[in-house]
Amino acid sequence: MEQQKAATRDGYGKALLELGKRNPNVVALDADLSDSTRSEYFSKQFPERFFSMGIAEQNMIGAAAGLAFSGKIPYASTFAIFSERAYEFVRNVVSRNKLNVKIAGSHAGIFTGEDGKSAQAIEDIAAYRALPNMVVLQPCDAVECEKMVFALADYKGPSYMRMHRNPVPAIHGQDYKFEIGKGEILKSGKDAVIFATGSLVHESLKAADILEKENVKVYVVNIHTIKPLDKNLVIELAKKTNCVVTAEDHNVIGGLGSAVAEVLGENYPCKMKMIGMQDRYGESGKPDELYKKYGLDAESIAEEAMKFVSKR
Amino acid sequence: MATQKLILGLKQKAKGLRKDILSVIYNAQSGHPGGSLSAIDVLVGLYYYKLKIDPKNPLWNDRDRFILSKGHCSPAIYVVLADKGYFQKSELDGYRKIGRMLQGHPELNTPGIDFAGGALGQGICFALGIAFACRLDKKNCNVYAMIGDGESQEGAVWEASMAAAFHKIDNLVVILDKNQVQQTGKVKDVMDIGNAAMKWKAFGWNVIEINGHDMSQIIKALDKASKMKNKKPTIIISNTIKGKGVSFMELNHKFHGKAPNDEEYKKAIDEIENIDVKKFK
Repeated sequence: MEQQKAATRDGYGKALLELGKRNPNVVALDADLSDSTRSEYFSKQFPERFFSMGIAEQNMIGAAAGLAFSGKIPYASTFAIFSERAYEFVRNVVSRNKLNVKIAGSHAGIFTGEDGKSAQAIEDIAAYRALPNMVVLQPCDAVECEKMVFALADYKGPSYMRMHRNPVPAIHGQDYKFEIGKGEILKSGKDAVIFATGSLVHESLKAADILEKENVKVYVVNIHTIKPLDKNLVIELAKKTNCVVTAEDHNVIGGLGSAVAEVLGENYPCKMKMIGMQDRYGESGKPDELYKKYGLDAESIAEEAMKFVSKR
Repeated sequence: MATQKLILGLKQKAKGLRKDILSVIYNAQSGHPGGSLSAIDVLVGLYYYKLKIDPKNPLWNDRDRFILSKGHCSPAIYVVLADKGYFQKSELDGYRKIGRMLQGHPELNTPGIDFAGGALGQGICFALGIAFACRLDKKNCNVYAMIGDGESQEGAVWEASMAAAFHKIDNLVVILDKNQVQQTGKVKDVMDIGNAAMKWKAFGWNVIEINGHDMSQIIKALDKASKMKNKKPTIIISNTIKGKGVSFMELNHKFHGKAPNDEEYKKAIDEIENIDVKKFK
């Protein structure tokens, strides 16, 4: 059965619009990408609460911080990669002051596809995770993204939410209960655990199906909150399986794999397999072609997991 | 209309605060005297004449906001806030010391501080965000932000400049403390910012140009700027002298970020005590 597909950015736009109706303090800013990030749904309904900042990300983040300081709830969106242009603003104006700014970076990872290297952020998780006070989130489907946008409205503090350009199959239904900081076990197993985030959650679920045919049963865990990481769950499943795989559309340096390794290194040292971009940039191409070439598709994940499980 | 008596009082106040700035930096043996001394006259005009504020209620919703974008000049704002009663004067002894409130660059936990500066080019963007919020909330207040001429080399200053005019923000007043000198030399030698007045005018701002050490010009400009409600932001280009009031610090980049030693401190205090406020400008 073909599952219903939607991009996480679509969830962002839908939820932001709904949030605008519910809460008059919600404002939005964008840097000339509102059609791509979907913040245009909000801008059309609430033009007085939407700030077109032009192609100027530093000023967007600085102004968002000023709005937050004044009691507004700003959502500032652009491509993940261009949010990095304002990194030191995020550091010195937002996270240093614990200001309630919600940064939304879309078109993350090589999943972005044809636009190529310049638009494929593969270092943003590492960058934002290193900032004290920041919460770092990545939804795996459009529904989870919607829930995240709502949850962030009730959360007071700096956050970065990472989204993808292209559609992914729906994993969650509208009754899904999302909680910041809680990992979600999507599939139970015993031989290994795959901690995955974003678009690779679906690929990991597919990988688990492939492995199951080979009689290898793996846990698949959706890590939507990369910071603060659900440490207890990570340690618990590492203990149960002694075989930990991480999967992310991000550099293996500094991303989810590193976050898991940091926790396990201190609490339950064990061997890991980190699936992600192996410290290199992507290129133009169709998302599925790129995932195959760079080893991020379900087959590659299954193959790597299989090798890892067999070696033990 | 501002009376001569009022202006004389403000000048006297600035003279006293100049000494406080030097004492704070001398005591810490660390800090930025040059830009603090260039900014202090305008700060006095703001805090003792113009700003609608309440030191007993620093976060009063309808207050005017003041953003010190050039955050390294923290001594100037700290001595003002202490004198206004935002916090105990004894806090000044802890400037730049471990475990104390008054950090090298301002932090939001200090009463009266509306922006945590230190990284240049950010305060004006932050001020713009506050101006957006105040307009949304239909607040009857102004947002003032002080930037430097060296700081104007940061591209973000011009991002904010363009955006404020585009969004027709007229509750924002930027003050350019044009003290001519930055850390490694004269602004015109490090990276000339050219004709600031023409640049800001071309970006769509109301431009007022003054001598930023002449108190009567300062308060006249602040009055004018605060009432400019023509759907345009306003900038006061405040022509100043880095290190103003201490001969050997004036226009001397060596005193951008260096504390005076014993001898220099004594000489500096001596010079300031001898300032004739009636002639000072």
